[in-house]
Amino acid sequence: MPRIRVDVDGATYEDDVEPRVLLVHYLRDRLGKVGTPVGCDTSNCGACTVLMDGVSVKSCSVLAVQADGRDVTTVEGLGLNGTEHPMQRAFHEEHALQCGYCTPGMIMASIDLLRENADPSEEEIRDGLEGNLCRCTGYQNIVRAVRRAAGEMREPSEREVAP
Amino acid sequence: MIPATFDYVRPGTVDEAVTALADAGEDAKILAGGQSLMPLLRLRLAYPDSLIDLDRVDPLREIRDEGDTLMIGAMATHHQVVRDPLVREFAPLIARATETVADPAVRHRGTFGGSLAHADPAGDLPAVALALDAVFLVRSVRGEREIPAADFFVDWMTSAMEPDELLLSVRIPKLGAGWGAHYEKFHRTAQAWAIVGVACAVRRENGTVGEARIALTNMGSTPVRASEVERAVAGGAVSEAAFRSAAEHAADGAEPPADLHGSSEYRRHLATVLTARALAAAAS
Ligand SMILES: Cc1cc2nc3c(=O)[nH]c(=O)nc-3n(C[C@H](O)[C@H](O)[C@H](O)COP(=O)(O)OP(=O)(O)OC[C@H]3O[C@@H](n4cnc5c(N)ncnc54)[C@H](O)[C@@H]3O)c2cc1C
Ligand code: FES
Ligand code: FES
Repeated sequence: MPRIRVDVDGATYEDDVEPRVLLVHYLRDRLGKVGTPVGCDTSNCGACTVLMDGVSVKSCSVLAVQADGRDVTTVEGLGLNGTEHPMQRAFHEEHALQCGYCTPGMIMASIDLLRENADPSEEEIRDGLEGNLCRCTGYQNIVRAVRRAAGEMREPSEREVAP
Repeated sequence: MIPATFDYVRPGTVDEAVTALADAGEDAKILAGGQSLMPLLRLRLAYPDSLIDLDRVDPLREIRDEGDTLMIGAMATHHQVVRDPLVREFAPLIARATETVADPAVRHRGTFGGSLAHADPAGDLPAVALALDAVFLVRSVRGEREIPAADFFVDWMTSAMEPDELLLSVRIPKLGAGWGAHYEKFHRTAQAWAIVGVACAVRRENGTVGEARIALTNMGSTPVRASEVERAVAGGAVSEAAFRSAAEHAADGAEPPADLHGSSEYRRHLATVLTARALAAAAS
């Protein structure tokens, strides 16, 4: 069995894994990081989106062995210092979720979107999140949340910069 | 679901990859971006004995200027292709079509070569490669050979590559001054496959159409060249009326599939409408 070494949410893990284990199953079943859900079998829904070496990937379409030597951030790696990530806060404040199943993927895809485009228009947000399906919200509040987070991340509010 | 078991090989060089592919025999598969293969493994529609993962074969990600042609490495990701200045300048049709593929996370992993090797007639890039007269460079332990796009797509999800052959790169003849290009994709929802797509490049010459290259997505078991339309517009006026009448021939000889997104008849109709639009956009 191949041995992998992978950084996940700031900690380093070394494990023997069967090649057929998907990254999302490694995160959930081996590391207990159940914040990243599985929503489909076809890599369509985006619920499992994480950042690998800083860019968004669907962790159901990557093998755990392929994450060897890489750095993975899941939704559980946000706000580790005790403060919510501005994107998490914006999703909360704009009520951008109902059942919450899509939310971890939405948040990670939205963070990836802002990395490339700090001030996206509504249309660019809809485009950037096209790989993430939500079956509850109708997307309106999600788009609002991403715009709000983008604004805050460009001009950090006092709350964020306060010690 | 969880894929069936397989042996996993992670070569670091092209030579290692080609040797591993030969050693692993007929039931081995190349893993590129995994954006088509991984769902197939999960659904157990594919169950190879071994996977040869190209993820760490970095030289295959290169995009290079070779004078009259552009060389795009098989492992260049969709994300990389869309942003590449050489692609944007000399093969804007590829950039435009690739922008419409899937979604950002899939484009981060999915590759140019994987999309072509997969030979899915509903994929956007096979028709683009056909319209641009791309040439495929493949290698096995037996040696290297070139396959022109017109011979590469053999049947539904079947390319002219042998099981022991690796796609290394694709050469794209550059389209220089005077050429315009457009990819017209018709789909029902965001992040969806084309019901029909039209890849089109047009060279204008003294106010007329000097030459047109047109190929269709999802109009048969392979991408289809719309040769009748190409002939009909060549030398003619750059006008919507001329394009509309030429585009009447877009589906000539094509055998489009019927599925829950549309009947064959509907696809034939779409092909004529979308081809006229693509011509107008490429020529403007
Ligand atoms: C949700 C979703 C939506 C999508 N929407 C679209 C879309 O709208 N349009 C579109 O065109 N595509 C779409 N795709 C597919 C995407 O473009 C894939 O990237 C592409 O089809 C396959 O590329 P890959 O690098 O992921 O290849 P893989 O999945 O790794 O491989 C695909 C096949 O090609 C073979 N192969 C790959 N590379 C080589 C090589 N170098 N030499 C020999 N054989 C090779 C593999 O063995 C396998 O059989 C979508 C995918 C997903 C998950
Ligand atoms: S679970 Fe990964 S895309 Fe649906
Ligand atoms: S909140 Fe339920 S799927 Fe998005």
